[in-house]
Amino acid sequence: MKIVIEHLSVQYDDGTESLRDISLTIPANQITALFGPAGGGKSTLLRALNRLNDLVDGVRVTGRILLDGEDIAGPGVNVTALRRRVGMVFAQPVPLPMSIRQNITYGLELAGVRERAKLTAAVEKSLRAAALWDEVQDRLEAPATALSGGQQQRLCLARVLALEPEVVLLDEPTSGLDPISTAKVETSLQAIKRDYTVVIVPHSVQQAARIADLAAFFLQGELVEAGPGQQLFLTPKDQRTNDYITGRFG
Amino acid sequence: MSRHLTQRLAFGLLILATLATTVPIVLIVGYIAAAGLPAISLEFLTAMPRDGMRAGGIWPAIVGTLLLTAGTAVVAVPLGIAAAIYLAEYAKDTPLTRAIRIAIINLAGIPSVVYGLFGLGLFVLFLGFGTSILAGSLTLAIMTLPVIISTTEEALRAVPQAFRVVSISLGGTKWQTIRRIVLPQALPGILTGVILGLERAAGETAPILFTAAAFFLPRLPNSPLDATMALPYHLFVIATQVPGMPVQIQYGTALVLLVFVLSMNFFATIIRSRARARRQW
Repeated sequence: MKIVIEHLSVQYDDGTESLRDISLTIPANQITALFGPAGGGKSTLLRALNRLNDLVDGVRVTGRILLDGEDIAGPGVNVTALRRRVGMVFAQPVPLPMSIRQNITYGLELAGVRERAKLTAAVEKSLRAAALWDEVQDRLEAPATALSGGQQQRLCLARVLALEPEVVLLDEPTSGLDPISTAKVETSLQAIKRDYTVVIVPHSVQQAARIADLAAFFLQGELVEAGPGQQLFLTPKDQRTNDYITGRFG
Repeated sequence: MSRHLTQRLAFGLLILATLATTVPIVLIVGYIAAAGLPAISLEFLTAMPRDGMRAGGIWPAIVGTLLLTAGTAVVAVPLGIAAAIYLAEYAKDTPLTRAIRIAIINLAGIPSVVYGLFGLGLFVLFLGFGTSILAGSLTLAIMTLPVIISTTEEALRAVPQAFRVVSISLGGTKWQTIRRIVLPQALPGILTGVILGLERAAGETAPILFTAAAFFLPRLPNSPLDATMALPYHLFVIATQVPGMPVQIQYGTALVLLVFVLSMNFFATIIRSRARARRQW
């Protein structure tokens, strides 16, 4: 078990609750999909896993998140080190305003890596893992913004992989992409799960069903049910899950 | 009235308004250039004034203005940028920071002569710097700070928030994010604000009137504690205080000051337009 979430709740200062008493176990080297209608708390959970909620004022997190048995939700955690272990790909691809190569090496340089050979190797390795190398190997010095939307999103994935994290979080990574680019991203996710633990908020039930080894259904801040993807999408236990995946709401 | 006629009328009025603002500027600059150009010579630019400033050059005034501007920059630029980074990136929205912001906005609106009196009281008398380049630079710096702080803060805030989140999510600390992403992206905007602020300082008379400027001092300053001549004050003096002053010298001095200030402006415009062409967001 890579991540064990115990009684996690996230509240805002104004009293609204984003997550209520979530307990979930995320296995290593599998794709875990958190799905459900908007406002269910999926992104909040992702952001709790690498402490990006810290950037928002007035968020209160209670409960525990154990990464390899070590609590990462409490105070006193080295959050910059944590974020290198738990990387994040956002819904909107945001290439940093620099070259393709610099986008990849940015995180490593922040971590203090200076050796040229190491950086060069990381660029090729991570771009290959994100299935982007063949398309950009001749123009690594070009500005990253010159890439298409689909390429930018794979660059963002490569940028995370370059840090060799243990967990990769993806928040609707294909919501802005065409079907072909989406398929490419999904293929690279299937490929990288051998080396990484993947947690994704898919942008549709269909995508969840396609790629989830483990699926968890969230509704209004509550975890309704979780289980192996095959079983959850074919024979959901909870009526609400059934209604959602058969398209009765959402 | 038909819609087309209204459209034409409005369009015409807008053009008129534009002309009404630009034509006087062109006329002023053109007139000063025409009247001042005959006075410009190598001697005028590099010699000491003679005959009660009615002849010779304006070299000490040019040097004085350069020194005062440089002194202002040394104090105001690091301080202003640091304050802006604090306000834009670190300060939480509290009553205190809101009060600081309001104070900065109001400081920008204070008449420059008030800064002059403040500088006289604090730097010249209380701190005992005397009438000096040091006291003048500090006074000009305080006057320039609000401009530098607010333009820098604006430039920092214009950098997309998403860049910061990405940098943090890649394991960057807040300072690493500011230094490697936010500051470089905001730099053109910051430089533009800095130059415009310094340009104002270079052209001001009132703040240096009591703090730095000498009526007539035909030598170059030896130390920061020396008084100095300066272009704007020299212009005021020869235009109003010296009888029998040749008009040509007055306009020549005005032209030098104008060229000095406008070239800073031009420089700022170039920085801005080049950065805009290169910007990726």
